[in-house]
Amino acid sequence: MSTMTMQPPVAAPPAPPATAGRRRVRKTKYLFTVAVFLLPSLIPLLAFVIGPMISAAWASLHSWNLISPMTWVGLDNYAHLLTDPATGWAFLHTVYYIAVYLPLVYIGGLALALALNTKLHGRSFLRGMYFLPVITSWVVVALVWRWLLSPSTGVVNTALAWFGIDGPGWWADPAWSMPAVILASAWKDLGFVMVILLAGLQSINSDLYEAAALDGAGWWRRLFSVTLPMLSPSTFFVIVLSLINGFQVFDQVYVMTGGGPNNSSEVVVQQVYDLTFRYGQAGMASALSWLLFIVILIVTLIQFYGQRKWVNYD
Amino acid sequence: MTDTSRRNVVSTTLLYVVLIAGALIMVFPFVWTVVTSITPGATLTTTPKLIPDNPSLSPYFDLFDRVPFAQVIVNSLIIAGAGTVLQLITSAMAAYVFARMPFRGRGAVFVLYLATMMIPFQVLIVPLFAEMKALGLINTYLGAILPTIASAFGVFLLRQAMSTVPYDLDQAATIDGAGHFRIFFQIMLPLIRPALATLLVFAFLGTWNSFLWPLIILRTPLMQTLPVALTSLQGEFATQWDLLMAGSVISILPMFALYIFAQKYIIQGVAGTGLK
Repeated sequence: MSTMTMQPPVAAPPAPPATAGRRRVRKTKYLFTVAVFLLPSLIPLLAFVIGPMISAAWASLHSWNLISPMTWVGLDNYAHLLTDPATGWAFLHTVYYIAVYLPLVYIGGLALALALNTKLHGRSFLRGMYFLPVITSWVVVALVWRWLLSPSTGVVNTALAWFGIDGPGWWADPAWSMPAVILASAWKDLGFVMVILLAGLQSINSDLYEAAALDGAGWWRRLFSVTLPMLSPSTFFVIVLSLINGFQVFDQVYVMTGGGPNNSSEVVVQQVYDLTFRYGQAGMASALSWLLFIVILIVTLIQFYGQRKWVNYD
Repeated sequence: MTDTSRRNVVSTTLLYVVLIAGALIMVFPFVWTVVTSITPGATLTTTPKLIPDNPSLSPYFDLFDRVPFAQVIVNSLIIAGAGTVLQLITSAMAAYVFARMPFRGRGAVFVLYLATMMIPFQVLIVPLFAEMKALGLINTYLGAILPTIASAFGVFLLRQAMSTVPYDLDQAATIDGAGHFRIFFQIMLPLIRPALATLLVFAFLGTWNSFLWPLIILRTPLMQTLPVALTSLQGEFATQWDLLMAGSVISILPMFALYIFAQKYIIQGVAGTGLK
């Protein structure tokens, strides 16, 4: 405006390009700053996640044993996987894992979080004890649990025998291999769920409880009418993360059972691993991984669409 | 004593009993691990006693004799340390963009980041291995570190924490002439310290304990990390559980120390990220 009044109209035309130019310079500078902040993570993600993901898609259309050159087979790998009962079983075992594991850690984690959110002596020490398995590597946890659940000499079966119970063969028995894996997984992850839910509990406004108490609401009533609705974002986070991780369950299976006995604990990722490194079918393995990715993507998207119905951000 | 307070005493005592019993179950496997690590000659076929007959630290010494364990610890520290520091830096910088620097297409880029969280790592192994081979990085620290330096989870966690910082603070700084770099370093980073500490623990946890990628990229015993060295001790015929458990104890210690240091931040950090 000031330039307009100071200069005659004739001189006006060069002015807009000048401000636009300055604005463009500022915008370029701004985008340069954005790039400086973003590229240190974007480049590695593109180079080591998105890029390999795309090469895996390419490999999934080939027959390839990692050594000889790839041969084009089109969608044959997918057609084979979709008609092979082994794929169905692997997905079924994975779903079995999630269906038992998730309610177990959520309800256990919630009970712990509620208990350790009250004013108890030594509560941070107790929290620390419950969190201990979270910081331990899967290799160590799986080794220890493989031993604790050892059929004849394991601690768990020895303890069960005190009560006259004949413990199952756990990872050595096809009917009990998945429960063994789930037991170890729930034990390890309970503390993580507890911490997420504790954080959620601590951000609930205490006025709500006072109001509920004035209305004469008892403990259960307060749990269902105040705590759980206010905890829904944490619950959502736990469920989304547990489902993504549950579909990718591998380390504990690899160390505890290797997918056995009789493929009874063969989950999808274990099958990806076996196809690649035991049977030299990297193309087929890539196709299976892509199928898994598509399933995880669909399940996660459904949850994000579904969250409006029950997640309460306030 | 009134009826209700007596009931409170009863229920509180009951709560303690249940919580302590639960905690003992949680800790028992660790006690077992430690006990086995000082019971020379323990195997899977013998149930060791809670108080061993001849406790001895010899499994620890055997471990260092049998495998280059000191080197393995150094490898783990370098790989996990570098990966963690870089992950913290890259995540914080990207999180700042998603929290404070709008640009056209930012939403789409953020979705791309989140999508990487859903990709099973196992999908990437074969192409990643081929890529590292082409770059000549097989059996190198760099090859082990590179795939861990950026994490969508970290970006997500820190972005949530940054969005809870009031805009007034950076607006005031902007009026005082501060640019994005100054706002980032002098306002954002100090204010999200609990979230940074939380990510520090989770990032170190992930890199220190990671198994599959080091197993594949590090080919020689002198380059191995702790979890890989542990499973390679788990021989098919003569699994020496005393050595395995000694190694397990050693592998837990640094994580344990880090957790003790960061414990007070963790719940605060998660709470401050809007995941409530």
